[in-house]
Amino acid sequence: MRITLGPINRVEGDVEVTLDIEAGVVRAARVAAPLYRGFEEILLGRPAEDALAIVPRICGICSVSQSLAAAAVLRAAREAPAAANGLAAANVAHAAENIADHLTHFYLFFMPDFARDSYRGRSWFVATQQRFAAGAGTHLSATLPARARLLNTQGIIAGKWPHSLAFRPGGVTRALDLSAKLQLATIFAEFREFAESALFAAPLEEVAGLGDAAALARFAEGPAATGDFAAFLRIADDLRLRDLGRGPGLLMAAGAYAGAQGPQFPAGVFESATGAAGPLRIETVTEDVACAWYGDSPLDPAQAETRPDMERPGAYSFAKAPRLAGRAAEVGALARQAVAGHPLIRDLLRRDGASSVESRVVARLLEIALLVPAAQAWIAALRVDAPFCAADVATRDGDFVAQVEAARGTLGHWARYRDGRIDRYQIIAPTTWNFSPRDGAGMPGPLECALQGIAVGDAAADHVAVQHTIRSFDPCMVCTAH
Amino acid sequence: MKTLVWLQAGSCGGCTMSVLERGLFDALRRMGLRLLWHPSLSLDEGGRVRALLDSIVAGETHLDILCVEGAALRGPGGTGRFDRFAGRAMLDWLRDLAPRAGACVAVGSCAAFGGLPAAAPSTDAVGLQYADDAPGGALGADYVSAGGLPVVNVSGCAPHPDWILETLQALAAGCLGPADLDVFARPRLFADHLAHHGCARNEFYEFKASAEAPYERGCLMESLGCKATQAVGDCAQRVWNGGGGCTRVGSTCIACTSPGFQNGKDFHHTPKIAGIPVGLPLDMPKAWFVALAALSKSATPARVKTNARSDRIETPPEPGKA
Repeated sequence: MRITLGPINRVEGDVEVTLDIEAGVVRAARVAAPLYRGFEEILLGRPAEDALAIVPRICGICSVSQSLAAAAVLRAAREAPAAANGLAAANVAHAAENIADHLTHFYLFFMPDFARDSYRGRSWFVATQQRFAAGAGTHLSATLPARARLLNTQGIIAGKWPHSLAFRPGGVTRALDLSAKLQLATIFAEFREFAESALFAAPLEEVAGLGDAAALARFAEGPAATGDFAAFLRIADDLRLRDLGRGPGLLMAAGAYAGAQGPQFPAGVFESATGAAGPLRIETVTEDVACAWYGDSPLDPAQAETRPDMERPGAYSFAKAPRLAGRAAEVGALARQAVAGHPLIRDLLRRDGASSVESRVVARLLEIALLVPAAQAWIAALRVDAPFCAADVATRDGDFVAQVEAARGTLGHWARYRDGRIDRYQIIAPTTWNFSPRDGAGMPGPLECALQGIAVGDAAADHVAVQHTIRSFDPCMVCTAH
Repeated sequence: MKTLVWLQAGSCGGCTMSVLERGLFDALRRMGLRLLWHPSLSLDEGGRVRALLDSIVAGETHLDILCVEGAALRGPGGTGRFDRFAGRAMLDWLRDLAPRAGACVAVGSCAAFGGLPAAAPSTDAVGLQYADDAPGGALGADYVSAGGLPVVNVSGCAPHPDWILETLQALAAGCLGPADLDVFARPRLFADHLAHHGCARNEFYEFKASAEAPYERGCLMESLGCKATQAVGDCAQRVWNGGGGCTRVGSTCIACTSPGFQNGKDFHHTPKIAGIPVGLPLDMPKAWFVALAALSKSATPARVKTNARSDRIETPPEPGKA
C-alpha cells in the first residue's frame, strides 16, 4: 500500500511524504520538498555582495544563519579578518534566532501533537491538551511574548527580523554603544527568567549539567517536574520515543559560534552506533541529483549547477541529496552536542544506539540552556570602545566555501567569484541533509531512514508516530530546496 | 466570527515569522477573526486540509479573508508545478480560492508583486495581481474579491507585523475600501509615507553628510544604495523588533516595499551619473537636489561631518553651542 501524506503542517514550509506500508509497517519512505524558487539561479552574475541582500530571503526562519553564511564565504574570499566585536555581536543575534527557533519548534510545532485525540486516555492527556493544544494552549500567553522579546536583539543588532543587511564579512554595521549593550543584557536576563520558570523550572546550569540518562530521569520527577521540559520527558518515556525515528547513524556538525579560541560548539562527526568521533572533512561533501528534479550536475558542490528539470525519470523532490563521503548524515542540535561531547547526549545515543525522536528534542532544549549563558558572556565581553566591523577589501577570484550552524544544523555556501561577481553559488541547508531524497546508489536520506520500520497498524499514514518522527527533525523546507 | 485562511506559496515563511511577534492567535481573536487554517500553526493536516479547501472552493464554507504569503509560481510552462500543495499546483488553489474570499490579502512583496522569486529565470514567479509593477499576475488585472476589492498588497520583505495586522483588523471591521489603497493597492495606513520619513539619520541627510562605509553613521543615500527616499512605508516611524529599523543600524534600504525591488543590482552602492545619484528622492526636481545638496554640504557643522564618517559619535553636541 502506498500513501502520500501532505500537506504536513507545523513545519517551516511544506513537505510531502510517501510511505510504502506492508502488514502495518512502513517498509520505505520517500520525502519530497515540493517547492522550488530558484535562489541559486538568482545569484548568478550579480555583484558578490548582493548575496547579502538575497540569501537571507531564502528563509524567514533561519534568515540570520543564511546572512552569516553569505558573509562568511565572502570573508573567506577577502583575506581580511572580521572585528572581534562584530563576530561576538553576530553570535548574539545568531544565538537569539536559534533559541527562538528551538522554542518555536518545541511549543508551536512539536508538542501540539500530544494533544491529539488519539492520546485521549493517557494519564497526561488533559494537562497536555490544556498546555499545548495548537493555537489554544495556555503556554502561548508566555511563550510568544518571551520569543518576541528575545527577538528584540535583532532590532538592536540587525534593525529588524527577518531579513537584514547588517551582517557583513567584517562584522556588523552597527557599533553597539553602552546603551545597546545594556539592552541586550536585559533581554537575555529576561529570557533566562522565562526559561528557568516555564520551560525548565530549574536553573539553566542545572539543565546544562545533566550528565546522563539517569540524571535526566531524576530531573523529570524532581523539583523541576512542573516545567514543560519535564512534561515532555514523561510523555517521551511513556510513549518510548527513544525507540522511534532512528537516524542513519552518522551525525555531523560544522562548528557553531565563532570565537577567539575556536567555535563554541566544535566541528566534527560522530557515529551513533559505535560512539566514534572524528573530524569533518568538508571536501568529501557531494550533492547528488539522481532523485531530484534537476538536470545532471557534478557531485562536487563547488562545481555543481542548479537547472530544474521536472521530466527527470525517477525524481521525486526538489531537494538534492547531500552526502558526506558517500553517506547520509543527520544534522541539528543533537549532532552538534554529540560532536561537542556533551555527556547527556552521548549517553542518550549510547542508550538508544541511534538518534531518536526523544534525543533530538532533548538536545534542542539542552542547547537553549547552553546558549543563553554563552550569549550573556558574549554580551558582557563586548567592548563598546572598539570597532564592530572591519573595513571592506576586494573580493578575490576563486572557489570558496563557508559553513555555519543554523538551528537545524549545518548550512554550507559554496561560491565562485570572478571579477567581483558571483559565477557559481550552491547552498546545502540543514534540512537538505535531513530530508534528502535517495541518491544514485538508492540510499535513503535520514528522515527516509527514520520512517522505515515504524509500526503504524491500521492507522496507516494517520499514525501519530509518523508525525512525531517527521517533526522531530524540525524541518525547514523553505531552506531545503531554496 | 469572520473566517481566515492563510496559505504559503513561493514563500520563505518570513511574513508569518514577522506577524508571530504580535502573538497572532490572540490578535486575530480580538479582531473577531477565526483562523480556519495556517500551515505553520494549525493542528490539521493532509486530508482535513484538502477537505477544508475543497469546501471553500465549492462554496460550502464561507471564507472572509484569504491571506497568501509568497509568490505564485506559474512555471514550468504555466503548470505551476514548481509549487505543489495538497495534491495540486498551488497556482490552481489560489485561482480557485481567491474568487471565494471576501478579501484577498497578499502578505509581503512576493505575494504582492513577485518579490525575490520573480528574479529567477526559470519559475515564472509573479504576485497575485501584479508582475512587478504591471497589473496581471496570477489572478489577472480584473480580479476583484467577493467583497469588491482588488488584492490588498501588504508589501515589504518582511512587512512590519502591524502593517499585516492593521490591514486584517480594518478588513475585519469592514473599514478598508478602495480609497484606502494606493496606486499599487497597498494600504495607505503604511504606504502614505516614505521609508525615509523619521529616519534616525535625518540630520546627516539634511546636510548631505554621507557614510562611505557601511558601518559609518552618516546618511546612506549618497553612496551606500539607500532607497528610503523612494520607497513607501512608515518604516522609520514604527519600531521594529522592539526598537530597531533598517537604517538605524546601517542596514541600507533596498526598497523592499516596491514592486520589482529584487531587480536592483549592487544593493550596497548608489548608482551615480556625473557624481549625482540616479535615484533621487521621490518628486524632487534634479536641479533643486543638486543645488540644495551643494548648499547643505557647504553648511555642514564639523560635528555632523565628523560623525558621518565614524562608526560612533566622535563629537557629541555641545550644550549651549550652535
